Amino acid sequence: MNETPVVKQAEGGSAASPTSTATPASGASPASERADLRPENIQDAVIRLAGNSQDGIQTAGAFLARLAGRSDHDVMTYMTIPATISGGPSIFQVRIGSGEVLSAGDEADFLVAFYQHSYQDHLDFLREGGVLLYDSDNVEPNLDDKRFVYVGVPITGLTVEALGGTAKDKGKNIFVLGLIAKIFNLDVEKLKKLITEKFGGKDQSIVNTALMAFQAGYAYPVGNVLTKHYRFEHFPKTSGRAQITMDGNQALAYGLIAAGVRYGAGYPITPWSSIMETLRRELPKYDGIFVQAEDELGAVSLALGFSYSGYLAVTGSAGPGISLKAEAIGWASMAEIPLIVCNIQRGGPSTGLPTNVEQSDLHQAIFGSHGDSPRVVLAAASVEDCFYIAIEAARIARKYSTPVFILSDTSLATRIEAFDEPDLSKLMVDPKPDLTPREGGFKPYDLERITQHIPPGTRILDGKYPLIGGLEHDEMGHPTGSPKLHMAMTAKRRNKLRKLAEEIPVPEVYGDQEGDTLLVGWGSTYGPIHDAVKMGREHGEKIGALHLRHVHPLPNGLEKIFAKFKRVVTVEMNDQGLYGYGQLATILRARYCEPKIQSVTKTDGLTFRVKEILQGVFPGKFVSVRGYSPNRPVSGNGEQDVDVARAESIAQGAG
Amino acid sequence: MSMLPAPNLSPKELVNDDVDLMSETNMTTASPAVAGNRQSGSDSPAIAEPPREKLTKKAITADHPTWCPGCGDFAVLAAFYKVLEKRQLDHEKIVTLAGIGCSSRFPYFVNGHGAHYIHGRAVPLASGISLARPDLHVFLFGGDGDGFSIGGNHLDHGARKNINMTYFIMDNFVYGLTKKQTSPTSPIGFKSKTDPIGAIDQPVNPMKKLIAGGATFIARTHAAQVNHMIQMIERAFDHQGFSVIECLSECVEFFPDVFDPANPKKGGSFEVIQEKKWDNTPEDDLRHDVTDELAAYKLASLPFPGVFGVFYQSDRPTKNALEKKWIETTREKIGGASDVEILRKTFDRMK
Repeated sequence: MNETPVVKQAEGGSAASPTSTATPASGASPASERADLRPENIQDAVIRLAGNSQDGIQTAGAFLARLAGRSDHDVMTYMTIPATISGGPSIFQVRIGSGEVLSAGDEADFLVAFYQHSYQDHLDFLREGGVLLYDSDNVEPNLDDKRFVYVGVPITGLTVEALGGTAKDKGKNIFVLGLIAKIFNLDVEKLKKLITEKFGGKDQSIVNTALMAFQAGYAYPVGNVLTKHYRFEHFPKTSGRAQITMDGNQALAYGLIAAGVRYGAGYPITPWSSIMETLRRELPKYDGIFVQAEDELGAVSLALGFSYSGYLAVTGSAGPGISLKAEAIGWASMAEIPLIVCNIQRGGPSTGLPTNVEQSDLHQAIFGSHGDSPRVVLAAASVEDCFYIAIEAARIARKYSTPVFILSDTSLATRIEAFDEPDLSKLMVDPKPDLTPREGGFKPYDLERITQHIPPGTRILDGKYPLIGGLEHDEMGHPTGSPKLHMAMTAKRRNKLRKLAEEIPVPEVYGDQEGDTLLVGWGSTYGPIHDAVKMGREHGEKIGALHLRHVHPLPNGLEKIFAKFKRVVTVEMNDQGLYGYGQLATILRARYCEPKIQSVTKTDGLTFRVKEILQGVFPGKFVSVRGYSPNRPVSGNGEQDVDVARAESIAQGAG
Repeated sequence: MSMLPAPNLSPKELVNDDVDLMSETNMTTASPAVAGNRQSGSDSPAIAEPPREKLTKKAITADHPTWCPGCGDFAVLAAFYKVLEKRQLDHEKIVTLAGIGCSSRFPYFVNGHGAHYIHGRAVPLASGISLARPDLHVFLFGGDGDGFSIGGNHLDHGARKNINMTYFIMDNFVYGLTKKQTSPTSPIGFKSKTDPIGAIDQPVNPMKKLIAGGATFIARTHAAQVNHMIQMIERAFDHQGFSVIECLSECVEFFPDVFDPANPKKGGSFEVIQEKKWDNTPEDDLRHDVTDELAAYKLASLPFPGVFGVFYQSDRPTKNALEKKWIETTREKIGGASDVEILRKTFDRMK
């Protein structure tokens, strides 16, 4: 947590003497040889790399994340990418911890600034006493500001020097990785192996160049300007399972594969595309097919065709694409076809903020079709949960023969986490449809039971074959205009989800089990909300948190939990709407008729910081100036919107 | 499309094969319904499969059609029954699908596995079924609105990808289900509820659209010519790939008599395309080469009512075959690893 000083023994001590220029004194002894550079043990560090999107800072950050995963550390990353096609300011933040890491960190302990704009935009995120590592070829910091430790390194010049002229400054990301490896005493051999794996398979010269850049950064006598370096404390994991490192979209794609999903279709849209790319590449290995369809309507229709044929299938998109799929999802509801629909949410409506995060598609997921069209909505809490939620979605889709939404978002899609390797021998589902011949008397829409379709190709011995369709139907699937049947079938489609609600476990409350405030969240706000509870309790608040993975239907029994708290506050990345409540709060208020349900919402396109949540929930109590900059542009073109952003990006409506 | 001989079936289609049922990737966490059913093959006595009886018209007939008396679609249904009877397909392998429209009620009148889908999107629905289940015979039915208007883009892409199915489009030049609005094939001047002064928009030329889209079997027929319809359905069925038949099928209610110029019984003439016999005779030079796109396009340009028969046919590989090839190559590289092993290996690279 950011309340805890990252360098535990460093507080008060002068971490380094500020230096304006970092001319490496020729003949300076390498840092590691100096006696005063004994590494200090640390448990947690937030490193923010700020540059432009073409600088490969994501690559360097990803190496750090994967190294942390390999070293049994908890890790979480956070990134912003500009919506422009090429270039624009971009950041990659890595938080590495020896204990549990739940959020990407409000403040950076270590800021790497490649450009003047990187320095200006992100200095507000550097904690007091933190280290600013800057490219002295491009950045002129205000050295009179004594709150920070300044380490200037001519990153561009040294990279060009190390690699020779042709590479220009490409490779300075890896140079910086070398610098960081030195400063934090990272495992150089493991890092080199990761670099070799990443660039291997291509031209060997690329691997060599990368290793040269890394070596140059690592050999830089940073000890001349930074008198301390650090080492992460090592706490061996107790699970005994190896950690795997990936982003949320990868976890979702592999979760679908583990869940026995072998067919799917999609259409490219940010930030969903990487799921379809992964599935397109991976599914043939599993005797499956992923189709890039002509449009979103074609994609959902192909997926329904796959599902109808007996193989539970997936389609997905971001909000705008889900709108296009809405009619077909209504059909899936009516025809009772199992289907998984992923919505990797971004800022909306319309093209909105295509590379930013928002949770504004909850109502679309629950209600977005026509008529009464019940469906299931699940939301992933973390990268690891993206994997397991896919398995849960497939289980429900099959058992209840229903469309199931999986809500994720930009922040989960792009951030990298390390988690225990799933036990595939227990989880892997066999997808093959059952085509065993059936006795007669089969009714696809039997009113007495939950629909389970018979896949085509199944012989039915009495010769009466089922037809499924979007017209209201009788139990055999044939069209009917009977008011009684429409009532009965509408109830049948609704009641199966009530049945599902009975089997959903009631989530456990984190923190105080009763008290003043219960925070309720869904989706990627899981981490910051839990950290907010930790911090709130440290400050004497009686506060707990409830996280919903099953958002629709809700688990039964939540009212008993709500009864134990004076206030229930949802924390959501969406607008407070016309009536003053976030999208989940609106549902909960309708469901429980409980006026003490409130919400803290925001729409700045960025993930919640822990202090933002506390400031929203306890107005005036957690005032902090550091680590929060409402006027930071969210994309490369945002400068002119500074004034608007100042007014709008504060936590809205704690009420 | 055609019947695939049994040896071509991948193991997943051989459902009664115990070896397949007990495959090493067959984990225990499958959904209860599926797992339960699958075990019924080995644990509980299997249902004794009675021998197959002849597939009769009676066996494949379902609800009585709701079409208006005199509707051309009745003849299409009769022709389809005839083809099924003649070909004696396995009953459970026949899948009829449709979108929305009068003609799209078709699956309700066929007793077989089938689905009635949403307006215009039946081509991708059928594509999913065709790609996942090569053992099935996918028949898709629809009208001109479904095929050339709301679903026009899907028609192009189904054609381009050459997905194996038989798509029968009953074209009546009018929206009948919604009671007489202009359709994408309504001729200029046609008075409808949405064009009270007569249609002003250039109609779609279905043959040209299909040729340009890349369909690999394109034919045109007439609902009053039952034998010709049967011939066309059979040839489309035998074709591997995206096979489309446009059938002029009269709407007696909202656009009566429009297809009389092609109906000899009503004083018209039904001109059938003479296909090349490759017999080196001088007459043959005048006959149509179905593999010639430009010649097909010229035929499609003839004034209404034009000609009938096969306009175009090519043996371009289907998406079904190309995907299957990719799967086989990929799985060969993996060397028969089980699903769990493959995913574990992927995770190993992420450590």
